[in-house]
Amino acid sequence: MARVPVQFTLNGQERAEFIESGSTLLSVLRDRMGDTSPKGGCQQGTCGACSVIVDGELRLSCLTLAETCEGASIETAAGLANGSELHPIQKAIVEGFATQCGFCAPGMVMAIKVLLDAKPAPSREDVVEAISGNICRCTGYEPIIQAVLTAARSNSQQAV
Amino acid sequence: MALELQTCPSATEASAALMGGGKSYLGGGTLVVRAVNEGDIGITGYVRSTDMALKAIETSGGRARLGASVTMADIIGTVDLAVLAPAAKMIGGPAIRNVATVGGNLFAASPYGDFTVALLALGATIHFAEGEMGIDAFLAVRDGVTAERGIVTAVSFDIPATERFRFLKISRVKPKGVSVLTIAAAIGTDAGGSVTDARIALGCMADRPIRAEAAEQALVGSDLSESGIAKAVEVIGEGTTPITDPIASAWYRAEVLPVHFRRLMLD
Repeated sequence: MARVPVQFTLNGQERAEFIESGSTLLSVLRDRMGDTSPKGGCQQGTCGACSVIVDGELRLSCLTLAETCEGASIETAAGLANGSELHPIQKAIVEGFATQCGFCAPGMVMAIKVLLDAKPAPSREDVVEAISGNICRCTGYEPIIQAVLTAARSNSQQAV
Repeated sequence: MALELQTCPSATEASAALMGGGKSYLGGGTLVVRAVNEGDIGITGYVRSTDMALKAIETSGGRARLGASVTMADIIGTVDLAVLAPAAKMIGGPAIRNVATVGGNLFAASPYGDFTVALLALGATIHFAEGEMGIDAFLAVRDGVTAERGIVTAVSFDIPATERFRFLKISRVKPKGVSVLTIAAAIGTDAGGSVTDARIALGCMADRPIRAEAAEQALVGSDLSESGIAKAVEVIGEGTTPITDPIASAWYRAEVLPVHFRRLMLD
């Protein structure tokens, strides 16, 4: 099959590749660009482990064709930390023991980032709704919800 | 193996590209890419259109026209469509709603297609690259309709008043879950509270959304009281053939349908 060019910004860096037409964004990120933070879980759009942010919107990279992201700005969990300094969301999740096996975490933090970018002081209901497309089979969700609320409080205190 | 994606500038060209069989139209990908990921070898390629008209939302004179590529998130964010926001919010999680389209939902097999249940209750019109048809007729022939009329380009309907439209989706997982059953109802009443007209649509009660015509007829002329809806509750399951899947058995769905229908009518 003929390869097609695709170009987008990945975590602030311009990236370009020739890919097989019809490749999912998940496969291009993981297999062509070496960003293995989005996970291939169900491949059905059910688990949310592959969640990334495309032009500010949460997307499931397993159901998104890479060619449809031409020129887009893509954020993944791999781009959140600043060197060895974790992003406040990651920090809250680690400190709140809100991850165990870790498989859902990269998708979960992207869903949380979209929420906090839009709504820095979310309610508990907002958090539940924001992560409703992301499955975690370890934590029972409560530690994740508390970590998001903690990260939000931390952000608001820093803003003051 | 990846399948080739063909991008067309117009709906007409996308419709032509789909001729010949095997290729599927790509909207948000929540049905088609999912099917390919699951190993559906019947799909041999993707076709999409970048026609901006497919993304248009028009509301005027009490009527709405939604391009087929309008997403659930777009509907939730449109003030004029606030009455439909609760239905759109019941589709998947945030990432799904950002891409799941009105046009795609029309083709979703049960237990999916909740928004189509709402559109069926509203008596929507389905617009194609060539021509249009009512949603009842569309649902009866939807599997082969794009080969004859081209892709769905839009849906249109009268925007219901809040008190006229009711929607209920029952799922086992909150806030997001696959439907056990979905009910949408558009009910008009006169000044005395008697039902003048009713369209009731059910999801998961067949392989695609269906009307509950016996219950509709039973409601007309009655009021929406416990005694007034009794006959409709009794016949709400008439003509249904509920699906069985990992979410619920056909027996369970048939058993709980009258319970939830009654609650929705008395709400």
